[in-house]
Amino acid sequence: MTETLNVEIWRGDEKGQFQSFAIPTRPHQTVLDVVTEVQREHDATLSYRFACRVGMCGSCAMVVNGRPRWTCRTRVNAVIGGGNHLRLEPLRNFTIVKDLAVEMTQFFDKWKEAHGYFEPGPHEKSDFAVVSPQSRERQAADAGIECIGCGVCYSACDVVGWNKDYLGPAALNRAWTLMNDVRDFDQAARLDAVSGDDGCQACHTHMSCTTFCPKAIAPTYSIAGLKRAAVIGVLRGAR
Amino acid sequence: MNARFFAAQRITAFVLAFAVVIHLTTIIYAVRGGLTAADILARTHGNTGLALFYGVFVIAVAIHAPIGLRNVLREWSAWHGRTLDTSLAFLALLLLVLGLRAVTAVFGS
Repeated sequence: MTETLNVEIWRGDEKGQFQSFAIPTRPHQTVLDVVTEVQREHDATLSYRFACRVGMCGSCAMVVNGRPRWTCRTRVNAVIGGGNHLRLEPLRNFTIVKDLAVEMTQFFDKWKEAHGYFEPGPHEKSDFAVVSPQSRERQAADAGIECIGCGVCYSACDVVGWNKDYLGPAALNRAWTLMNDVRDFDQAARLDAVSGDDGCQACHTHMSCTTFCPKAIAPTYSIAGLKRAAVIGVLRGAR
Repeated sequence: MNARFFAAQRITAFVLAFAVVIHLTTIIYAVRGGLTAADILARTHGNTGLALFYGVFVIAVAIHAPIGLRNVLREWSAWHGRTLDTSLAFLALLLLVLGLRAVTAVFGS
């Protein structure tokens, strides 16, 4: 590795451009370290998001050398391929607020549109629900439950790229975890919510979401589960 | 694509996967010995089994193709909504009428 990194960072909004910075290489340097160094030592007006720096909050996601990643969990060595070039862009498929910070309102609104929230039912339960960890439903829910809403899958999704109304992998994955929650009381409404023209059936199974998810979740399989559930609903005359 | 269209497209795809293979195999086999169109029509007229097979084939095509075209148009153009759905319903009807007319002509007695 050379002693200096050539870092290109997107500046401005949709009509912005890349600005180059020369940053010293350091041992075990993460991409977030580089962004922080640029802001502290070169240009204090650089805008970006981060919070935990240890892969828990999901707020530091950006496009690093063409691929969406958590910058806090990405070492520079792993992405420059022996060279010294680092290109940082805001997440794709989001509106850019400024520089590397994006507007995430639409992303989270789609979680609501997909009925991605628990429906406890009309009556208070008298006792705890017993859910076996070995049950098929619980295991299906467990497979997708660790999503922290970082937006990497949404940025990687081709379908979101050409249809801004598509609910996207994260919202559909959340809906699938709830479809497998035996305590939930509104499965029919949820299945309706994810079965519109912009719902699960619009997925082309490109699997970019599954490839890039930093939590190794497979939203593609969750979406396939929703498609199966929707077809079964049609065959049973429920839709 | 809503759930009904999705289910209809998948079920008809399953039918077409078999029907297309049988259709292609049959036409390739039929012309190997130098049969003319008149020879073939003489054999197909009044064949109820083949008439039923191609009837199902035409119905599957009339359902499958407009749904697929709807998906492509929705994804690659700004044409959405009722006019798109109505136009494709007419296309489905056209495919059905023309297809069943051909089935009647070839397999009718």
